[in-house]
Amino acid sequence: MDNIRLLIDFGSTFTKVVAVDLDEEELIATARVPSTVESDITVGLKEALDKIASSIDITDIEKRKALACSSAAGGLRMVCIGFVPEFTSEAANRAALGAGAKVVGRYSYELTRHEITEIENLSPDIVLLSGGTDGGDEKVIIHNARMLAHSNHSVSHIIVAGNKAAYDEIETIFSDNNKHVLFTKNVMPEIGKLDVEPCNKEIREIFLKNIIEAKGIAKAKAIIDDVIMPTPSAVLEAAKLIANGYGDITGLGELIVIDVGGATTDVHSVAKGNPTGGAITLASSLPEPYVKRTVEGDLGLKYNIDTLMELAKERDDSPNLEKVAKKLHEGNLPEDKEEIAYHLLLSRLAAEVAVNRHAGKIEVIYGPTGEILIQYGKDLTQVKYVIGTGGPIVFSSNPREILEGALFQTEKPDILKPKDPRFYLDEEYILYAVGLLGQVEPIKALNIFKKHLKQV
Amino acid sequence: MKKAPTVVTGTVGMDAHVIGTKVLSRALKDAGFNVVALGMQVSPEEFIKVAQETSADAILMSSLYGMAEIDLRGFKEKYMEAGLSDVIFYIGGILGVGRHDFKEDEEKFKKLGFNRVYPPEADIDAAINDLKNDLKAKGKM
Repeated sequence: MDNIRLLIDFGSTFTKVVAVDLDEEELIATARVPSTVESDITVGLKEALDKIASSIDITDIEKRKALACSSAAGGLRMVCIGFVPEFTSEAANRAALGAGAKVVGRYSYELTRHEITEIENLSPDIVLLSGGTDGGDEKVIIHNARMLAHSNHSVSHIIVAGNKAAYDEIETIFSDNNKHVLFTKNVMPEIGKLDVEPCNKEIREIFLKNIIEAKGIAKAKAIIDDVIMPTPSAVLEAAKLIANGYGDITGLGELIVIDVGGATTDVHSVAKGNPTGGAITLASSLPEPYVKRTVEGDLGLKYNIDTLMELAKERDDSPNLEKVAKKLHEGNLPEDKEEIAYHLLLSRLAAEVAVNRHAGKIEVIYGPTGEILIQYGKDLTQVKYVIGTGGPIVFSSNPREILEGALFQTEKPDILKPKDPRFYLDEEYILYAVGLLGQVEPIKALNIFKKHLKQV
Repeated sequence: MKKAPTVVTGTVGMDAHVIGTKVLSRALKDAGFNVVALGMQVSPEEFIKVAQETSADAILMSSLYGMAEIDLRGFKEKYMEAGLSDVIFYIGGILGVGRHDFKEDEEKFKKLGFNRVYPPEADIDAAINDLKNDLKAKGKM
């Protein structure tokens, strides 16, 4: 009997299943069917599993033991609140992104009634409330807790991760309130110090205990044991595993993963990002995490084609561009030569702009001894691996062209993008599956992935 | 009678010109202040932490090497998070490079969160007088 493991992703558009043979460390079958979260998630799941079963034998036990992630029903939508934008607000944002969430709103300073209405309309799955270092400012976080306490039922899960000195009072504020409030460690306990792990853990726990239930994803438990994480988390875990290796298996080293999607473009960098040029000072803001994820909510090949089209117009001002963009927006795939060319141009732009925003920047200022170079963010110039994933890249006729958007540009020397990387493709679109399998069988996950990492 | 206000002093960043802050600390002590003198090469974060620990009423920074603007980037944002918005911040020294208009420096450092900015030749007694008035205005003296 083969030792088969099924790995499932409930996406917003597709439900994907990957079957791997753990003994042979081989990918043996994949299936992709439209997601059915809005009606009954198990319908799509059954269809995908049937497709797998048509090529290999799978038992109910193997189905039970499947590992799954989900970004269906909007993914994990979070609102982050902090005090100062560059500090606790950014720290909260990083904590949410690191947990695989989609940050739908970001707020700083004292919340107004208008902003509370805005947050209610966003109807986030979780609100992350931060503000003040431990022993630092209490006023703002307490004010914001009070404002949140008056919000309607669209705000139900709140994680407090700010100045601990304010926790007793915040607890009192929420005491006669039916919101689920959870207290965890401050995301920025000291000036410039990040501590997002405890917060990440709470986010994941709420996702597993409550969110998947509320979104109808938990229905899948009729067939499989559990959904263990949000999909972006699985991709992030995969990126980490591939870079670091596991045990005796060496990883690839520092890398960047670019995931161009229909709604967003995600960039993950697993790299220290310290200055590589001489005499460069690091800006004294929040430290950069070794594993960093950024999400560009305005860059997508389907739902958010508008920004890309505006950017593309600067390069090619043809009326046909607009026509193609409209077609993509309606969910069609490019067909003829011209459409494919425009699709490529738009995908390339998404990758380029997303990596420009993700990578560190150099600012030149003038001091008593002449030029002083200050680095903000991560220096990625020496990163050697750029890996592409996501539909628009994986199914592209020219993935390298898209991934080259990540290259250092001599006309923009202040943006610290890779100077001499090699480009790779997640050709079977299995990165999420590698992240899932990595939770239980990291070495096997790594070996399977290496077989399907194709240089382009 | 209210207890003596606490003032933190020192040179900021990598500046080692320590004489000014020593003279200032001595004058503040003589004027009845409780002085926490940190000496030279104090990072902005250290100023903030010491002010939190000592419940300081004011921080008086010195800088003579022209790099204070770089050392103090984002300083206001930092002390706000640290709950020090009510503390009084002064800075004095050679604050800009190649600029001769002190007004420019003054404007720049006020934006960085300083209540008062002094040129290198400032009179210490006048500055201490300003401090007393500012503390009185906040009801801290």
